Amino acid sequence: MTQHDLPEPGIRVLCAGPLALLQDSGRFGVRHLGVTQGGPADLYSWAWANHLTGNLWGSANLEITFGGLKLVAVRDLEIAITGADLGATIEHKPVPLWQRTIWKAGDTLTFAAPVSGLRAYLAVCGGFAAEPVLGSVACVTREELGGFEGNGAKLATGDELSVNRSGSGQQLANAPTEAPKDVLPDFSQPAVLDLLPGAQIASFTGRSLFDAFNTWWQVDDRADRMGVRLRGPTLNCKINTLISEGISLGSVQVPPDGQPIILLNDRQTIGGYPRLGALSPLSASRLAQCLPREPVRLIARGSDAVLKEHRMFRAVFHSEPV
Amino acid sequence: MSWKPVLESAGLDAWIVRMFASIDERNVSWLSALARRCEEAFGDALVDLVPSYTTLLIVFDPLSVSPSQARAIICQTLVDLEPEETAHEGEVHELPTWYDARVGPELPRVAEGAGMAVSDVIEAHSERAYRVFALGFAPGFAFMGLVDPRLECARLNTPRKRVPAGSVALAGLQTAAYPTETPGGWNLLGRTSARLFDRERDGFSLLRVGDRVRFVPVSREVFEREGGNTAPLEPIT
Repeated sequence: MTQHDLPEPGIRVLCAGPLALLQDSGRFGVRHLGVTQGGPADLYSWAWANHLTGNLWGSANLEITFGGLKLVAVRDLEIAITGADLGATIEHKPVPLWQRTIWKAGDTLTFAAPVSGLRAYLAVCGGFAAEPVLGSVACVTREELGGFEGNGAKLATGDELSVNRSGSGQQLANAPTEAPKDVLPDFSQPAVLDLLPGAQIASFTGRSLFDAFNTWWQVDDRADRMGVRLRGPTLNCKINTLISEGISLGSVQVPPDGQPIILLNDRQTIGGYPRLGALSPLSASRLAQCLPREPVRLIARGSDAVLKEHRMFRAVFHSEPV
Repeated sequence: MSWKPVLESAGLDAWIVRMFASIDERNVSWLSALARRCEEAFGDALVDLVPSYTTLLIVFDPLSVSPSQARAIICQTLVDLEPEETAHEGEVHELPTWYDARVGPELPRVAEGAGMAVSDVIEAHSERAYRVFALGFAPGFAFMGLVDPRLECARLNTPRKRVPAGSVALAGLQTAAYPTETPGGWNLLGRTSARLFDRERDGFSLLRVGDRVRFVPVSREVFEREGGNTAPLEPIT
């Protein structure tokens, strides 16, 4: 660690709001211990926030759900906000999203409420500083792991957040200051989600398979970082429950009530309901921006096309200094 | 092995290998052997391995390995697979357990259902060395079995909002101990003083898939001396 990287208080939390969490790319290599992956629910927007602030892939930034968050800068910071439009303002002036911005010491940054989308990402040049737990700072409240204190605590009013002194001028000089228009997601459009068929899909009735892919599903109120429940026609599977098995990100499981649940980052590591398959990682990201009662549609995709899109997305970001 | 393994897609970055049709203590030595081979075959491209009762979930990095390449690698690891005999026995852990209705309120109910005395339920539960089939639900939560069929019991109709850490529990033919306080619907028999998940410990989780576990009945005094929490349970609300 060079002197430039030494963490110092950078931000003070004036009002914590319902849910703001520190997230790096997630906790990996420990799922066999029953530890979930965590990480950003919207990987796409999280990655762009890091990229615009010259931070490497895997750097931690803040995932802000719904809004209600008020922060004050302790010193001058350069930041980028991506993901949902939560009506962010600095000293009552709207903050431009998906681009780098100056946040002056003493100024208050406020996230009000969703305009479109559900989760915003706030990255700072230099990156947030926290001690990893089980190899990651990803904050999982249910497991009491990660975050600034290491105990899975979400942001609380009065917290002081450590930010590394941004030393890597080279890194920042090479980073774009603004995301190109063609990469900006439009969360006001209904979500169409890519599903890779798999698992027990053959055990669903023909009618249910037709319904699964020809319905505008509605996002239920029961939606969080563990999973998102959908409402719509009842899906019937010849299998009711399975012997519990490992479940991957984006898995679309159907419990006996016939209403699908799509599993996200904080899901339990194993589960016993039949599944239609799993969403692509980018579609899981898109789903994480849906508010209750918004419509979503599932479409079946082959892995070749989805892999190509995923690799194109990842090719933009640096995992090593340039 | 009479059952033919089946590979199923689990998304862009994962395959699940369905090795067996039913729960059996012998499954674990095959699943461990497959896991070791996957570690070697995937190398740095391996992200996670999640063994469970009858399956192994293999998560890989789709930037370096495509799903079809991963499938080919897994098929190769299945060729001439032999069960891991050494892993078969696993480590044997003894968990000091205070069996008492104050911390295990379903003890009388289980005894009644089995038509046995409470002391016989304790004996039946503590005399077996259980096998760890899977970890999940919460960090370090080990699903173990199989228990004496006389003790078989359904989950609670209404799960508890808070089950204290260390609670020793029963559901169906399986048993477990809660590593941390969580909601839960299993029947509680008592409490162990063992620390099941500790982020400061090397390896974090006391128990691993394939391990053997015995619950050893201890008195309240010993339980307390070992650091056990004697706080009685809240009633189900």
